[in-house]
Amino acid sequence: MTSITSIAQQALTDRSMMMAVLNQGAKISKLLLLPAVGIAVFLLLWSMTANSIQTSLGKFPGPVAVVSQFENLYQEHVDERLKAQAFYERQETRNAARVAKDPTYEPKIRAYTGKETFWDQIVTSLITVMSGFILAAVIAIPLGIWMGLSKGLQAAINPIIQIFKPVSPLAWLPLVTMVVSAVYVSPDPLVSKSFINSMLTVTLCSVWPMIINTAIGVSSIDDDLLNVSKVLRLSAITHVKKIVLPASIPMIFTGMRLSLGVAWMVLIAAEMLAQNPGLGKFVWDEFQNGSSESLARIMAAVVTIGFIGFLLDRGILTLQKWASWDQ
Amino acid sequence: MSTFLDISGVDMVFPTPKGSFTALKDVNLKINKGEFVSLIGHSGCGKSTVLNIVAGLYQASKGGVILKNTEVSQPGPERAVVFQNHSLLPWLSSYQNVELAVKQVFAGKMNKVEMKEWIEHNLKLVHMDHAMHKRPGEISGGMKQRVGIARALAMQPEVLLMDEPFGALDALTRAHMQDSLMEIQNQLNNTVIMITHDVDEAVLLSDKIVMMTNGPEATVGEILDVNLPRPRDRLALAEDSEYNRLRSAVLKFLYEKQRKVEPIINSKQASKMQDISQKDNKIADKVTAS
Repeated sequence: MTSITSIAQQALTDRSMMMAVLNQGAKISKLLLLPAVGIAVFLLLWSMTANSIQTSLGKFPGPVAVVSQFENLYQEHVDERLKAQAFYERQETRNAARVAKDPTYEPKIRAYTGKETFWDQIVTSLITVMSGFILAAVIAIPLGIWMGLSKGLQAAINPIIQIFKPVSPLAWLPLVTMVVSAVYVSPDPLVSKSFINSMLTVTLCSVWPMIINTAIGVSSIDDDLLNVSKVLRLSAITHVKKIVLPASIPMIFTGMRLSLGVAWMVLIAAEMLAQNPGLGKFVWDEFQNGSSESLARIMAAVVTIGFIGFLLDRGILTLQKWASWDQ
Repeated sequence: MSTFLDISGVDMVFPTPKGSFTALKDVNLKINKGEFVSLIGHSGCGKSTVLNIVAGLYQASKGGVILKNTEVSQPGPERAVVFQNHSLLPWLSSYQNVELAVKQVFAGKMNKVEMKEWIEHNLKLVHMDHAMHKRPGEISGGMKQRVGIARALAMQPEVLLMDEPFGALDALTRAHMQDSLMEIQNQLNNTVIMITHDVDEAVLLSDKIVMMTNGPEATVGEILDVNLPRPRDRLALAEDSEYNRLRSAVLKFLYEKQRKVEPIINSKQASKMQDISQKDNKIADKVTAS
């Protein structure tokens, strides 16, 4: 009798374990297997098409060529760093020797002026896009809140926003460049003009979605919550801090995500056109260079740009999860 | 001696695209301190408008409200409101929701420890001390309404205004909430104005039932004094002749004198309401399951 029940129980546990394994299998395939298949098919199609496209710079690069260029770009970066290190070491020994000879001599330290590597360009682009984006947020979020609170202001500013929102960065760039070179004159500039140009172009294009979404978020707060604030006689500042900001955080983040996407796209275009340092310039330089490796290097940059864009979006999402009450 | 709360000669006219709409016409009502008054009437009769005028959220077009010899001109915590759909801030826990009110009303009058005790005391009063640190999204509809009541009580209002506080709750939860409210009222003896659709609720809770005529130009139709002894028990009252007399008086007013034929279009709205209450029930199930 007992053995029968135990067998039955055994069968039951076996079955539930099998189900669990199957379930887990389905989860893994959804999480890993299917995306892997998608990527594999894409790579296959890519290398097949690439093989059949002939350009004046040789065959269109396939995945293998791009991977080998990634290795090259990394190697170039390492080599450049070694060179820089060697330069500074030489300079130091030279200065030490001169100071030993003549103690009154003040050693001059010169910066290494090698060419920027792919990795340097990535860092430059990231710094530029974040500066432009943060400047946009600093303007857009308070303005958006104010607009959301005041119907009058919203009516006054809305047409301007609607007109400037669709303007391409390429149209702003010449204006920004001219204005910056006219206004930003300093014998010892803290940051380079080209940085200011790219940053302001990014700001001009990414400020709009944030203003609009913040304003919508604020103006669509539930009337009941506003009534609570009225009954409690919250001061204007407490009202914004305790009711308006938390209530519109989800919409503010939606605006920020849209804006950062725009900012990243705009930045690459701005760097390309204005020869400002960054990934855009890297692409343009390679295009002008026109060696047999150029296309593969540009393709490597394309993949990198896409990947960074994806990471930036994920970054904002993570920030939203941390800051928002509804996630 | 002047009345505690005096609503006198109140008209309310709303501008609409089709011209002005007179919702209220010459509403007069005197309420004594510690009185529990229910406003009852068909939907659309302007009960909520009266409440909002007392709260200061609406300005009467004519006439006005005087509370303790001062005219009401703006909203304020001495006329705390319990809203129909709880109106808790969803990003704050129950405790923090009450805290926001306490900090605002008692700033400079209580220190931190006293405030904490006061907040906890009010949450205990509505039996919500076990879920103080849960957010509105994590508790059931009835529990949310309890926190809403705790928030209003914590302001120590002169008048507590309740806009169909239990309207969105299922019948069992509602009965439970009514018992809680009576228990609290026994302790605090607040002056309360409550809007309700529910005849039993009105008779069970009130000292005075104000029955309103149908809009437009709605006004106070009849006032019924409820002199049932307290504490009241819903089971004992069910057999009580006085209770049943009052109950049928209200029913007669609503369904004979102020009979209202509702158009059928409202069935759509009704099904929407049902969806909402079902959602609330689901949340309640989830809470009890966990």
